Amino acid sequence: MARVAVDVVIKPEILDPQGKAILAALARTGQPGVSSVRQGKHFDLEVDDSVSDADLEEIAGTLLANPVIETWTVTRLAPETVGTVGTVGTVGTVGDAR
Amino acid sequence: MTQADALVPATAARIGVITFPGTLDDVDAARAVRYAGAESVSLWHADEDLAGVDAVVVPGGFSYGDYLRAGAIAAQAPIMRAVIDAARRGLPVLGICNGFQILCEAGLLPGALVRNAGLRFICRDQWLRVENTDSVWTSRFEPGAEILVPMKNAEGRFVAAESVLDELEGAGRVLFRYVGDGPAQGNPNGALRDIAGICSADGRVAGLMPHPEHAIDALTGPTDDGLGLFVSVQDWIGTALTGAGTRG
Repeated sequence: MARVAVDVVIKPEILDPQGKAILAALARTGQPGVSSVRQGKHFDLEVDDSVSDADLEEIAGTLLANPVIETWTVTRLAPETVGTVGTVGTVGTVGDAR
Repeated sequence: MTQADALVPATAARIGVITFPGTLDDVDAARAVRYAGAESVSLWHADEDLAGVDAVVVPGGFSYGDYLRAGAIAAQAPIMRAVIDAARRGLPVLGICNGFQILCEAGLLPGALVRNAGLRFICRDQWLRVENTDSVWTSRFEPGAEILVPMKNAEGRFVAAESVLDELEGAGRVLFRYVGDGPAQGNPNGALRDIAGICSADGRVAGLMPHPEHAIDALTGPTDDGLGLFVSVQDWIGTALTGAGTRG
């Protein structure tokens, strides 16, 4: 059994009006230093050992994300297998407390 | 052939209308099918076959509550596997609003429908120009005809890669474009190149965000312009029946 995080974000070239609205709100709350916000989705999956990295890519690329408009990263969170199997975008910090 | 089938004239087209949990516009779509003179056949999301229909309408609404992305869950429903198989063999399919979103999520049409640029749910009567009158679903319209039909959505902004947009335009696969002047007309949601509806390369699978099925009778809609799509497909089915000699 392993825990997997899938993060999905709208592609840079696709307008993200929700991110823009959040950016405008941040400016109003006294945080004018933020120059961009992109809103996305985060999925926590629990998968058994039969699920390969290729399976995870398929899960992310065919259902969790729409490749036409979104990019995604797949991150295994189990301690011995922490690492990125995704090929799209960049992965941020992966914490145990997630 | 079932006994019920035997009671229907052999020449009447049978057009399936799918209902998913959360579908809203299946009743109006079925009514539009009947107004156009065809028999409407109810199809359920859990069905695994299309009951031998001659065409399929995927109606609007909020299938599966728009969970994940609009149309994403419905695209994986059992009935959609049958629709995808049949569409690849040439069955005419029309997706309206959420149905258009479902066809894009299912990979039958290119591109995607995302949040309206203004973040608002937009509900209004909308002018469209019919850009292609050779498709299965638009053959009854005059080239360049402008039609007025209702639209109502929050995720109606059509997007696709520039290369895909060029290909759609080059191949005449843009079926409908938003037109009209004035504050409540023109492109309502930031859809790329004002695209309201597109079709497949063979012109048989079509999708649009506005609702032709709500514009079939001046009593209940702004016009009866929407009826053209449902009559067009029957022309094609009639031709196909005659041409093939058997029902598909």
